[in-house]
Amino acid sequence: MGIETALPAEGFLTTQLQRVINWSRRSAVWPMPFATACCGIELMATATSRFDLARFGAEVFRFSPRQADLLIVAGRVAVKMLPVLQRIYLQMTEPKWVISMGACASTGGVFDTYAVVQGVDQFIPVDVYVPGCPPRPEQLIEGIMAIQRIIDRDNIPYDDQGKRIPLQIAIQPNYQPRRQPMEVSIGAT
Amino acid sequence: MAQPMLDHPTLPRVKAAFSDVRFLATEFRGQTTLVVPKDQLHQVLRFLRDDPECDYNFLSDVTGVDYLGYPAKQPGRFAVVYLLVSHARGRRLTVKTYLDPTIDTSGIDPDPALEVDSATDIWPGAEWREREVYDMFGIRFRNHPDLRRILTWKDYPAHPLRKDYPLRGRGERETYRIVERDQA
Repeated sequence: MGIETALPAEGFLTTQLQRVINWSRRSAVWPMPFATACCGIELMATATSRFDLARFGAEVFRFSPRQADLLIVAGRVAVKMLPVLQRIYLQMTEPKWVISMGACASTGGVFDTYAVVQGVDQFIPVDVYVPGCPPRPEQLIEGIMAIQRIIDRDNIPYDDQGKRIPLQIAIQPNYQPRRQPMEVSIGAT
Repeated sequence: MAQPMLDHPTLPRVKAAFSDVRFLATEFRGQTTLVVPKDQLHQVLRFLRDDPECDYNFLSDVTGVDYLGYPAKQPGRFAVVYLLVSHARGRRLTVKTYLDPTIDTSGIDPDPALEVDSATDIWPGAEWREREVYDMFGIRFRNHPDLRRILTWKDYPAHPLRKDYPLRGRGERETYRIVERDQA
């Protein structure tokens, strides 16, 4: 990406080992889709060529938690489903991150009933909350990029805490809705 | 309000076969409901399937109803509803039986009054439907091959579709094991 021209002829570059590790980790995030509802459809759309999650290195969806490092909880989680979610989280290999995608995974959404978990962060650690019902693919990409910013800082010594704690970042809506009703035009648009 | 038209051809057939049983029947927009006392329910269902004039070969659904707080007076608090279809005659019939609890309905203790005979020996498809009615209303089915909860989990402390159960539950959704970051 242009860095080659800045390198000296010998091709060496001086950096911290931790920065190289973080750079390679954030450039190849392998998500584990825990898609239980309509957010899963939007999650699939994010991986399609129109939105192209591959631009951010996170297109390799793994359906085995042991091969994934980013858990995307997309959709409502019933209490009966909760042991499955927790087991999948525990089975994922370190280092791992969690995105709570959509209103239902983050708060229970409109499903304020006896059997639906009112936010998965009560029972597993969550790093990034992506709001929306469901969120647009752009917004999910923004959430994944927030995870990448977390990974970039990870283990770079900036505090005295050795263990990473869930950061609980909430993504702000990144688009303006169009004004409704819209003007009607006839002919070529 | 129009009077119910009790002209379903199955009704006189059932009445003739069970002359000593007191049946009730209603009709709304061409859909007829036959109300059977709970002790005769199993015999009547078997007759409806086996009688060649009735020939209800298909059990469409089994549901339950809780009439707590219902505006019109009903013969009982709970009802079990069997929705029957006859493919050969092109007919549908709803068979309903009313049950009244004898103990407090907030718990999951077995109530001998909330029991009917299972229809799984007549239509095998009744198995999961009756499990759902048991799960949601706590109505038990005698001689059911596998009467476990089907939608809620095993240790659920209530029957959630009963009207005296709060919509948001009694804290079942909050009390669960928490996985912390350092456990993994």
